[in-house]
Amino acid sequence: MDELIIAGRSFNSRLMVGTGKFASNEAMVAAMEGSGSEIVTVALRRVDVENPQDSLLSHIDPKRYLLLPNTSGARDAEEAIRLARIARAAGCEPWIKLEVTPDPYYLLPDPIETLKAAEVLVKEGFIVLPYINADPVLAKHLQEVGTATVMPLGAPIGTNKGLRTRDNIAIIIEQATVPVVVDAGLGAPSHAAEAMEMGADAVLVNTALAVARDPGAMGAAFKKGVEAGREAYLAGLGKQQDKAEASSPLTGFLRS
Amino acid sequence: MSFKEVIQKYDPEQVIAEIEAMTAADVQRALAAEQLDNRDFMALLSPAAEDFLEEMAQKAHAITLRRFGRTILLYAPIYLSNECHNSCVYCGFSVNNPIPRRTLNLDEVERDARILHDQGFRHVLLLTGEAPGKVGNDFIAAAAKRIRPLFSSISIEVYPMETEGYKEMVAAGVDGLTIYQETYDPDLYKQLHPSGRKRDYNFRLETPERAGAAGLRRIGIGFLLGLGNFRSEAFFAGLHGRYMMHNYWRTLLSVSFPRLRPAEGGFQPPSPVSDRQFVQLMCAMRLLLNDAGLVLSTRESAELRDNLLPLGITQMSAGSCTAPGGYGEEDSATEQFAIDDDRTPAEIADLLRARGYDPVWKDWDGAFLNRDAAEKKVARRG
Repeated sequence: MDELIIAGRSFNSRLMVGTGKFASNEAMVAAMEGSGSEIVTVALRRVDVENPQDSLLSHIDPKRYLLLPNTSGARDAEEAIRLARIARAAGCEPWIKLEVTPDPYYLLPDPIETLKAAEVLVKEGFIVLPYINADPVLAKHLQEVGTATVMPLGAPIGTNKGLRTRDNIAIIIEQATVPVVVDAGLGAPSHAAEAMEMGADAVLVNTALAVARDPGAMGAAFKKGVEAGREAYLAGLGKQQDKAEASSPLTGFLRS
Repeated sequence: MSFKEVIQKYDPEQVIAEIEAMTAADVQRALAAEQLDNRDFMALLSPAAEDFLEEMAQKAHAITLRRFGRTILLYAPIYLSNECHNSCVYCGFSVNNPIPRRTLNLDEVERDARILHDQGFRHVLLLTGEAPGKVGNDFIAAAAKRIRPLFSSISIEVYPMETEGYKEMVAAGVDGLTIYQETYDPDLYKQLHPSGRKRDYNFRLETPERAGAAGLRRIGIGFLLGLGNFRSEAFFAGLHGRYMMHNYWRTLLSVSFPRLRPAEGGFQPPSPVSDRQFVQLMCAMRLLLNDAGLVLSTRESAELRDNLLPLGITQMSAGSCTAPGGYGEEDSATEQFAIDDDRTPAEIADLLRARGYDPVWKDWDGAFLNRDAAEKKVARRG
């Protein structure tokens, strides 16, 4: 059985989904179900347990999905840490998707503050899944402080541009000692398949599902993309090669 | 370089002339660009772009969907006071209008706040006029502190403050500021604001920068449609937005351009803007500022508001009352302006759902700003 194991917990699905930007809770649930996902991330800043008009959480079955709270909106380590602690105090499991995005426009993660927050949260017993730019050195630092995964972006959030950071993600995967989850920017099932073919352990998708005409069907399409990519990776992809056709062989002299 | 120095490089007359000289080819080039430069923005604001409204709308819709998804943030205003020493000729609260004046006390503020909280609101906007001595920073800070436990986000739309004042607001739990320049044309500004502290164009112009420096997290800028030439006003607002995004890159920008409505005093807007022009402006702004919030107020009719939704709107007020104490009392003081969409918040939320949008009541957490509030929540839930 090809399971994804994060912090000792195993999952059959390698597709995580986000819950932002959907037209309705029903559309969100359809995407979650279609995707076969077992890990669902929710922005803590969106959660309001006291408001009957705002029932986001009540639509996510905790028996079926691991609810992965995220700190999106946090501008620095201190804010992210504060949000994570609130989530745990409110009864969430100690899993946290760490997002520190000081720039509210491109929502690119702050490497310095992310590392600081990860260090503190790991020490406090959190299982930390940090969202990062595709920076292999930062990924190594985070693994050293004890994060459960690293989650490099394929492209800026919401752009649907695919694996623009491909070469750096390849290095992160090659060097990884924890699961690598490609997060952000994946706009099509083929992008997800491509990440999985490269050897990513999982992917996370949100915007592509939320803005699809049929979020449930798009969830199912991504599921297939992830599975196809994973199977191809396990089956051993033939390597792409630039065929060398040297006109003057450099080793011809050995024949003589 | 401050924005004052940026805008001084432009001659408004020249800007209008350049915009009006744009051709269909300029518009097509702008529509093909991923990032607009100033010339592209001018093209989209030009008369030539009127033939490309549908293309602009489609692109604005696609950009908004990608960045914000199918969600609309709902908020409500609370008018703390209608006292005002300014004489803005278009405003119902002008010192020259003989209307009953009123400033809420903190219990009255809390009463309005609780009504809005019970309706589901978690984002509120506190408003006042400008009456130094009567309604000052300390009062606004006290009001924010009083209602802070009820809301996840508190913004203010009041007179311009110094940086220190904004720091006081942040400490009181305020995370957002709305401050409109009204008009970016300095000469017109002088005519429309004949007396009071608001007469100082430059002090107002640099307000968003002071607020950004003080650490406010959301800043809304804008201008009133109907005062000056909408094309040049929009151009300068876009320039201002871009300036803020570059220089205060941690602060989320939103832009608004309410159309003037009838108010006490009988002011007629000198340069009325048609629905088509309003749509053109909204799409052009979205194409320039892909990631900025675009705010739609209850000044617009229900029908138009519904149709504007997909064009780039990210937040709107609902069930608004523009008179102090207006939520809790049948017969409250005079309104700042007449609203044209009097549907209840629940009706607006239903409408959004019917149109394929998720009404969002909470998109912020007091914990970002304030340790005390965060710990109080923990204690309450634990």
